[in-house]
Parts: sequence; structure tokens; C-alpha cells
Amino acid sequence: MSAAQHRAADTVLEASGVTMIFGGLTALNDVSIRLEEGRIVGLIGPNGAGKTTLFNCLTGLYTPTRGSVRLRGKSLPSDPAKVTSAGIARTFQNIRLFPNMTVLENVLVGRHIRMKQGPIASVFHGPVFRKGEAAARAKSRELLEFVGLRGVETEVARNLPYGDQRRLEIARALATEPEVLLLDEPTAGMNPQETEAARQLIFRIRDTGVSVVVIEHDTKFIFSLCDTVSVLVQGEVLVEGSPETVRDDPRVIEAYLGKPREEVEADVAEAAAQQQREDS
Amino acid sequence: MTTLLQQIANGLVLGATIGLIALGYTMVYGIIQLINFAHGEVFMVGAFGGLAVYRWVLPESVRGDWYISLPAMLVGGVVVAVVIAVLMERFAYRPLRNAPRLAPLITALGVSVALQEAIRLWFPNADAAQPFPRVFIDAQVRLGDVSIPASGLLLIVVSVILAVLLQTYISRSRMGRAMRATSQDRDTARLMGVNPDRVIVLTFVLGATLAGIAGVLYGSFITNVDNSIGFQNGIFAFTAAVLGGIGSLRGAVIGAFIIGLIKSLGGQYMPGGTQYDYVWIFVVLILVLVFRPQGLFGEAERVRA
Repeated sequence: MSAAQHRAADTVLEASGVTMIFGGLTALNDVSIRLEEGRIVGLIGPNGAGKTTLFNCLTGLYTPTRGSVRLRGKSLPSDPAKVTSAGIARTFQNIRLFPNMTVLENVLVGRHIRMKQGPIASVFHGPVFRKGEAAARAKSRELLEFVGLRGVETEVARNLPYGDQRRLEIARALATEPEVLLLDEPTAGMNPQETEAARQLIFRIRDTGVSVVVIEHDTKFIFSLCDTVSVLVQGEVLVEGSPETVRDDPRVIEAYLGKPREEVEADVAEAAAQQQREDS
Repeated sequence: MTTLLQQIANGLVLGATIGLIALGYTMVYGIIQLINFAHGEVFMVGAFGGLAVYRWVLPESVRGDWYISLPAMLVGGVVVAVVIAVLMERFAYRPLRNAPRLAPLITALGVSVALQEAIRLWFPNADAAQPFPRVFIDAQVRLGDVSIPASGLLLIVVSVILAVLLQTYISRSRMGRAMRATSQDRDTARLMGVNPDRVIVLTFVLGATLAGIAGVLYGSFITNVDNSIGFQNGIFAFTAAVLGGIGSLRGAVIGAFIIGLIKSLGGQYMPGGTQYDYVWIFVVLILVLVFRPQGLFGEAERVRA
């Protein structure tokens, strides 16, 4: 292991024993995941497995019934706004931009907690105000460039094509200067080219020092992207490990795809053989 | 012709007053979807706050100097209006934030009555109309054949300036963007680090500031105030906000001027005279709502994922 990888082993975000109960439904049961600095962790699992619920616990939107979430060893504040200030940002499975604001304004809202503006200055636009505002705009444009959105900053967000809306959400999340970025199905509804672009974008985000957790259904995408993968089934972590381990784990294949055909045939053959032995 | 121009001038003065109130209605609605029926009362207590400063704070020697007394009264009116509005939000509306929408609406009506009665009971002699000093220059400004009291002209000028400042604030500042983000999707705004409580309080503060200024300027224009001025003008302002498209700032101001003009021109030219001027206001409102339910500048049906 190289020196760089050693340094990367600091834990940024750690959920331990997170249990989330809604009325009689246990959405998450004793879930633990760990995110190391500069890594990409994948979360996969069938619909309803609790992936988005886990994201909501990681962003302070839900307070777990039991268990804890720690960012750099500190308990997460219970207010989502403070979680964002602490350094966690996210995107949404169903895109949630501010639909009637422009592309640039959406990113500027992400700058909210990183800007200071006095109330009087905000009305009368003094020199300090102008400077701060210009800096925020410059930073936002830079982020739009970074995610590959050019020439659309004055466009109203709801008019953007679908893939661009997803990229804008990522730019907005990055504007909060997160340590951890949570991406909820970033490639849903994308074609193969867009998916590949998204993969490259996530690598570039990781390279800027942001640690990433990705929820995705597309297992090929996840296995080619992530350093470790956790499989969530019915609110519990079924398997976790490197993409290779997870991919080859029979429980995952079963949970995800049902049993593979060869295995079913083998099972059938074995049962038949057993039957034969008993018969004879 | 002179009469027409004169009535237009009168309508603009009234429009300026209700415009300042309507902005508060429309902003609060934009953020928390509440028709704050007590907002007219914020305007009313603002006027009484200004009056209180004149009576009990300003020494006799400076009362005649409008450049001292008027700013002092404006500050007094704004402070009282803001304090009342913030208390109202904190103790009447915030506990009901997640209640069914009818609950805060009824509460708003209750707060409105409570404030009217509080002024009647506790402001000395306010069970009858109180004379309000004409603090600003007591002169008529002549524009051709039309003459407007200087205090009326001041109302129009201040109203337009404040509307423009508010518009820049909301479209081009950090908190203004936070307000718009919150109005479009409160949870997502929260996840971007925006504290919705702060945004909501700010909205009430801005609305109350405008209403307080309007209260003092209106008092000095009309020269007597009572505890029902908030109700009358509040209804006009609410109507203006709905007419312009509730939630829209531009709509509120334009709606207010339309209503001011309908009232003054309807009172002059329509059968029934001033006794029927209210009728024309609501006829126009009904027509607009029938043919354009979202109001003149409102968004047609907000779509949310």
C-alpha cells in the first residue's frame, strides 16, 4: 500500500448501528457504513431496501431511532442546515432544483452558508457587498464549468434537459464546499454516454478531495466506480467489501437477480442426484 | 379633465399606501402560503407607533421640523410594527407551521381582532379617531391643474423607491435568494444550509417595515387615525395582492395602483358615487379571478415534484 493510500485511510463519515423505525416499519436495521477520505462508496440494493432512508439519516433530515452518525468523529447536528455547514451535501433521486430560479442562482443558493452579507449592504449594494457577490458568482460559474454546464447560467432550471438538471444538482451541492457528497441515483434515466460522463465527473470530484457515497441501481456503473460497495437488503447490510467481493458473492446475486441460472440448474441436478441416491 | 387628473392623483396616493401593505401580504404568502389577515393591523400599529413618538418622545421644540420629527416617527412606527410582527410569527404562527392550513388562517383573524382591540383599550383615547399630525411639509404641490398634498406625493415616491429596493434585495442578495429558494422548496433549501426559521422571520420583518412606514406616512396624509384603518386598507391590500397574483411582488404593487385608481375613479364616475366604490373594486377582482385565477402576474399552478 502506498503512502498516499495510508493517508487516505482517515474515516470521514461513519454510521454505526443506525436503526430507523417508522411506526411499525423498520426501514433500517443496525446499519453501519464507513467512508474513508478520498474514497467512493457505493450503496446498492433492491427498491425499498432503505438506501434513501439512510441518506436522509446521513443529512439530518431524519434522526435515527437508534445508532449514531459521526462526521470526523463528531455527532451529526439534528438540523439539516447545520449538517450542510458541517460538510455534507447531497443530490436527490427525484431531482429537486429550485425550478423557477436560474441555473446560476441555484448554485448561488448552495453558496449561502459560505457567504457573508450584512442586511444594510444587501439593500444598498456597497463595495464590500459587490465584491462578495462577485466572488460567489465567479465560484459558482467555476463549478458549472466543472460539471460541464456551459452557456446556460441564465436559463431557468426547470427548462434544462434532464441530464443537465442532474449535473446542476451536483454543482449546487459542491457549492456548499462539502467534505462528503451523497449522490442519490446520479445516472437514473441517463443514456450510456451520459452515464460515462457522470462516472468521469465523480472521479474528478473525488480527485478534488471530496469523499463520495453513491446510490445506484446500475451495478455495472457502481462496480466500475467505487472503492467499496455495501449491499442493502430489507434495511440491513447484506454484504460489504470491494466491488469484486460483492460482485461474486452468491447472496448478492440472489438478492439482486434471484439465483443465476447455472446455479439453479446445479441445484436441480444436485437435488435429482440426492433423490437418486435415496431411491437406490 | 382636471377632475379626471385629480382623481388619478388621488388614486395613486391610495395605491401607494395599499401597495406597501400588499407587499407584506404577498411575501408572507410566498414563503409560508399563509394569508396573514393580521398584516393590515401591523400597518395600523405602525401608524400608532409613529403617533406615540410624536406625542411622548419628541420635545415640542422639534415637532415642527419635519426633517427631525418625520424620521423619528418613521423609526418609531417601524420598530413597533416589526416587534408586533415578529411576536405574531413566533407565538401565533410558528407553533402552527405544520398544522392544516385553516388553523393559521383562523389564528390570523384572531390576531387581527386582538390587535385592534389592544389599541382601542390601551392607546390613550383610541376608542375614537385620533388626530395625526401633518408632519411633512403642509403644502399642496401643483402639477398643472392638479394639486396633491406634499404628504401624498411623498407616499407615492417612498412607495416606489421601497418597492424597487425590495425587488433588488430579493433578486440579488444572499438572503433574498434564500427566501426564493425557501418559497420554492423549503426542505431542499434547508439541505443547502438555509435556515427556514430565519428566512420566515426576515419575511415578516420586511413586510412589517414597509407596513410601518406606510402607517406613519398614511397617518400624516389623512391626518386622523383610528384602530380600524388596518382593516380597511388591509382588505384593499389583500385584494391587490390577489389581483396581481399572490406571491408576486410586481403583481402586488401594480394590483395596488389598479385598486387605488378603481376606487377613486369609480367613486367619481360610476353610478352611486363614493358609496359604491368598494363594489367596483370587488367586481374587478371577481372578473380577474374568473378569467385569470392566478392573478395578473401569478404563476399558473405551481408544479412540484
